[in-house]
Amino acid sequence: MNLDVDKIREDFPILKQNLYSGQLVYLDNAATTQKPISVINIINEYYLKYNANIHRGVHYLSEKMTQAYEASRKTIKNFINAEHAHEIIFTSGTTESINLVAFSFGEQYIKEGDEILVTQMEHHSNIVPWQMLCERKKAKLKVININTFGELFLGELDNLLTEKTKLLAITHVSNTLGTINPLKEIIAKAHKKGVYVLVDGAQGVQHQQVDVVDLDCDFYVFSGHKIYGPTGIGVLYGKEKLLNEMPPYKGGGDMIKSVTFEKTIYNDLPLKFEAGTSNFIGAIGLDHAIRYVSNIGISNIAEYEKELASYTSIELAKIEGVKVFGNAMNKSSIISFNIQDVHSFDAGMVLDKMNIAVRTGTHCTQPIMDFFGISGTVRASLAFYNTTQEIDKLIEGVQKVKKLFG
Amino acid sequence: MTINEIQDQIIEEFSVFDDWLDKYNYIIETANDLPKIDEKFRVEQNLISGCNSKVWLSGELENGKIIFKADSDAIITKGIIALLLKVLNNRSPKDLIDFDLYFIEKIGLQENLSPTRANGLLSMIKQIKMYAIAYNSKQNN
Repeated sequence: MNLDVDKIREDFPILKQNLYSGQLVYLDNAATTQKPISVINIINEYYLKYNANIHRGVHYLSEKMTQAYEASRKTIKNFINAEHAHEIIFTSGTTESINLVAFSFGEQYIKEGDEILVTQMEHHSNIVPWQMLCERKKAKLKVININTFGELFLGELDNLLTEKTKLLAITHVSNTLGTINPLKEIIAKAHKKGVYVLVDGAQGVQHQQVDVVDLDCDFYVFSGHKIYGPTGIGVLYGKEKLLNEMPPYKGGGDMIKSVTFEKTIYNDLPLKFEAGTSNFIGAIGLDHAIRYVSNIGISNIAEYEKELASYTSIELAKIEGVKVFGNAMNKSSIISFNIQDVHSFDAGMVLDKMNIAVRTGTHCTQPIMDFFGISGTVRASLAFYNTTQEIDKLIEGVQKVKKLFG
Repeated sequence: MTINEIQDQIIEEFSVFDDWLDKYNYIIETANDLPKIDEKFRVEQNLISGCNSKVWLSGELENGKIIFKADSDAIITKGIIALLLKVLNNRSPKDLIDFDLYFIEKIGLQENLSPTRANGLLSMIKQIKMYAIAYNSKQNN
C-alpha cells in the first residue's frame, strides 16, 4: 500500500471525534465523503475575503471570485480529461445533472416511440428522470438486467440496443453492489448503433481515473460532496456538439446574451446551462477537493481501497450467516451485506451505538432489492482514509449484532 | 394505570441501563413479548410505509376501547412499538386524541421518532391518533 493513511487522517479532523463510547468509524462514504481541511479552509477564506457574485461586477472581488470559479472549471476539465472547459457545466449535483440532460437532451432528441435504456442497478436518480421524460414524450424505458453476482447481462445488450434507442443511461459504479461496469466496451457498442450514453459517475470519479475522451461517453455526471468537496455543487460533462444543440434547462440570469420581450438570445456554453447565481463557493471547494485527491493520486487511492475492500469482504465471509450482495469480478469499495435473520435497520442501529456509521435500507435502488428479494442491506462504503483497524471494529460490531439478535 | 403512569414506569425501568446495548437488549426482549401476529396481518392495508423498516398497524373498537395490533419487520422498531402499545393500547378514543408522549425522549430514543429515520414509527403515532379521531366521531354519532 502506497498511502500514508495516518498522515491522510490528519487532514480530516472530523474522523478524530468520539461518539457514544469511542472514536467515529465512518463507513458511509458512498452517501457522502468527509472534507479535508484544505477544502474547509478555502471555503472559509473565500467567504472571509473574496465573497462577491460572479460574472457580474467590474469590481475587484467579483473579478477575483469569477477567476476562481472559472479556474475550478479548468481543474475539473483536466481531472476528467475533457477537451474543453466549456464542456463542464456546474450543477447542484448528480441528480440535477441527470435531470438537466433528461430535460434538455429529451426536448431535442426524444420523440414518441423512441427508447431509453437504463440498467437494473441504477440509483433512483438515474431511473426516475428518464421515466418522467418517457411519460412526457411517450417514449419507452427499457432495462438491462443483472445476474446474481451483481453484474450486467451484457449478452442482452445487442438486442436491447435497437434503431429506436436514443440514449443509454448507465452507472459507472453501483452504489449498492459496488460493481464497476465495463464502460468502454458498452459505450462502443452503443455508439455503433448511434445511441448516446450518459454515465452516472457519482460513485466512480472518486475511486478511479476517469478520462471522458478515452471512454468516449457523451455525458458524465458526478457530485462534489462524494469526492471530498462541499455539498450543493456537481458537474455535468457533455460533448460540446450535444450541449450546443440542447436547449437550456432553466431560464434566468447569466444564461442569456440579450433579453427583450419579443426574443431572448441564449448565452454560449457553459453559461447557457448555468441560470441564476451559481454555487461559486462550492465550485471553489470542489476545485480544492479535486486538487487534494489528485495530489494523492487516484490510482494510489484505487489500489489502497481495493485492498481494504477485499480485506473487508474476506473478514465478513468468515462470519457465519453473513451474506454479501454484489460479487462482481471488478468491484469498488462498496460492500453490501446482511446478517442472517437480522433486519438491516436493526444491524445499523446497533452498529451506530458502537460508533460505526453505515447505511442501511434500499440505498435508493429498489429494483436491486426486488431482484435479490430483500428489503434492504447494510452497506459499508470505504474511502482511502479508512483503516484495517476500523474494519476490525466493523467485524466486531457485526459479531455483536449477530449475538444480540441471534 | 393512566397513560402517564405507564410512561413513568417505563422511564424508571430504563433508568438502570447505562449502556446502549443493554437498552437495545431490553427493547429486543420487549419485542419478543409482543404477541405473535399472523403473517396475514402484514398486508398493504395495514402498512405504514417507512424506507428503513416497515410497520403494520390496525385498530378496532371493542367495548369503548381501541385495541391495536402492530408489527414491524425490524426488531428494534418492533420493540419500540411494544413500548408504545403498553402506553397506548386499550384506551378510549378520547384518551388517544390528546396525549403527551414523553417517555420516548426520556429513555433516549427520540431519534427514532425523527422523520428522517423513515422507520414508520412517527407515522404509526399519527395513525393511532387518526384511529382515535375516527372512532371518537363514530361514538358521538
